[in-house]
Amino acid sequence: MSPSMESEIAADLPNQKSLRVQGEREQWMLLSLSTPALLAIVLIVVIPVGWLFYLSFIGSDGQLSLENYQKMIQYKSYARVFLTTFQVSLLTTLLCILIGYPLAYFLAILPQRMAGFFMLAVLLPFWTSLLVRTYAWLVLLQRNGILNDLAISAGIWDSPVKLVHNMTGTLIGMAHIMLPFLVLPLYGSMRKIERDMMHAASNLGASPIQAFWKVYFPLSLSGMVAGSLIVFVLCLGFYVTPAVLGGGRVVMVATQITAILENQFNWGAASALGVVLLIATIIILYLAARFLKLDAALFGKH
Amino acid sequence: MRWWHKPASDTQITHGNRLWLYVLAAIIMLLLVIPTFIVIPMSFSDSQYLEFPPSNWSARWYHVYLESPKWMRATVTSLQVGVLTMLLATPLGTMAAYGLFVSGHRAARAIFMFLITPMIVPVILIAIGTFYAYGRVGLNNTIFGLVLAHTVLAAPLVMIVITSALRNYDLDQERVARSLGATRVKAFFVITLPQIKFSIVTAALLSFLTSFDEVIIAIFVSGGKNATLTKHMFAALRDFIDPTIAAISTIMILVSTTLLLATQFIGSRKK
Repeated sequence: MSPSMESEIAADLPNQKSLRVQGEREQWMLLSLSTPALLAIVLIVVIPVGWLFYLSFIGSDGQLSLENYQKMIQYKSYARVFLTTFQVSLLTTLLCILIGYPLAYFLAILPQRMAGFFMLAVLLPFWTSLLVRTYAWLVLLQRNGILNDLAISAGIWDSPVKLVHNMTGTLIGMAHIMLPFLVLPLYGSMRKIERDMMHAASNLGASPIQAFWKVYFPLSLSGMVAGSLIVFVLCLGFYVTPAVLGGGRVVMVATQITAILENQFNWGAASALGVVLLIATIIILYLAARFLKLDAALFGKH
Repeated sequence: MRWWHKPASDTQITHGNRLWLYVLAAIIMLLLVIPTFIVIPMSFSDSQYLEFPPSNWSARWYHVYLESPKWMRATVTSLQVGVLTMLLATPLGTMAAYGLFVSGHRAARAIFMFLITPMIVPVILIAIGTFYAYGRVGLNNTIFGLVLAHTVLAAPLVMIVITSALRNYDLDQERVARSLGATRVKAFFVITLPQIKFSIVTAALLSFLTSFDEVIIAIFVSGGKNATLTKHMFAALRDFIDPTIAAISTIMILVSTTLLLATQFIGSRKK
């Protein structure tokens, strides 16, 4: 490098410094565009939920205590609520996988345009109010509802079967509402599977069934696990459908929280249950994020 | 039946071999769609009881709905809250998504994840938390309180839609505009905004629907003369099966289907 060029670079240095400062300032300006959204979340989520967290550590005498959490371990009724919540969430997730996998597979093998059309069958219910869908199931499943009528006239059973206001009704309604949350990510991961993979498998002598289980299925697993985790986590905190279709017989955590507030007005106990629900959710999502890089899927890479 | 024997995939499966999958998928799709739309014919029944198919058709329950001050009041509230939520959540979410995406700062991803937490926190917690906090500041049963809570639920959806739009958009265009002398703000409004406007409309419609269909926060935070449609519906569902709900459900299905089809249409026009 000639001496003259070196001096030119040296002359550029102050310029570069101010450019860097300007660049940083601009980065901060851009970041600050998210301030209103941040403020809203602090007001609506952070402060209220933080407040509940605090309330959960206040005993009935108004002093700091672990009373609310101790009750959860002592009383059998709480154990039953946690067990029901876990059971309903797990069964709903399994039902969704069982029904959702073939559907997603069907959509993924269709030409893009046709898949877009049939996808409406998933999207229309998805964007219809869940209250409306819960109501529809209540109507369909009731004692003199369509399903009982159909089954009796077809001779499947002779007298009306109790399909709603119990676990059966809750699971049917929940699976219907949760299915899109499984199908959409699963479909996404299936679409990404390269067709050449199946070519190669078949070239190497795999039968179609072998090719599916050895090549296709493992590649679709990431979408299935992501979808299942979303369904499971959403089920844990679900309120409307179990409250309506369970008819008071399926008491999940969210139902119990409102019951405590309505009947006893006990904020400490209700908050403690809420905190447990939140922590369970966070643990599951943390594990999911570690294994599946959920944030990369949502935010993308620069 | 040529089609029947044609290979359907790269592993020599014919459409005939795959018939079971087509039938199964058709059944599943019917099971998804029918329960969503079954209330429409039922809402036109003349009977006190919900029957299918209705023995006598009438618009009786629509009259009950339209003549009830309680349901009318609730409908107006829900529409108001929905529109206000849309007007607040769309700019809030778009600003945040744009700022975080363009800045490239290493904190951007963390802020993004923090901003979408309302999708992760169980809604029941947000509902009782805001109910408690609003009780202290007198925001319960107000339109503003409900709009604020719904905005926080809707903003993450807006952010996800806009971020994915920005990912498919070439930001160099903005740089060109700025090198030609446009300010950052002008470059955004003149160059970027027109190109992501369909995504913004989609995001706006989604935030309206999020608010319009929201139940749990509405149950706790709305009330009195500002109770929403969903709050009254939920109360009615817990007590007995009122055919008026079928009429209202039909209207709600109509609203969401129209909006969804609109977003699909926008999506296909974009390509």
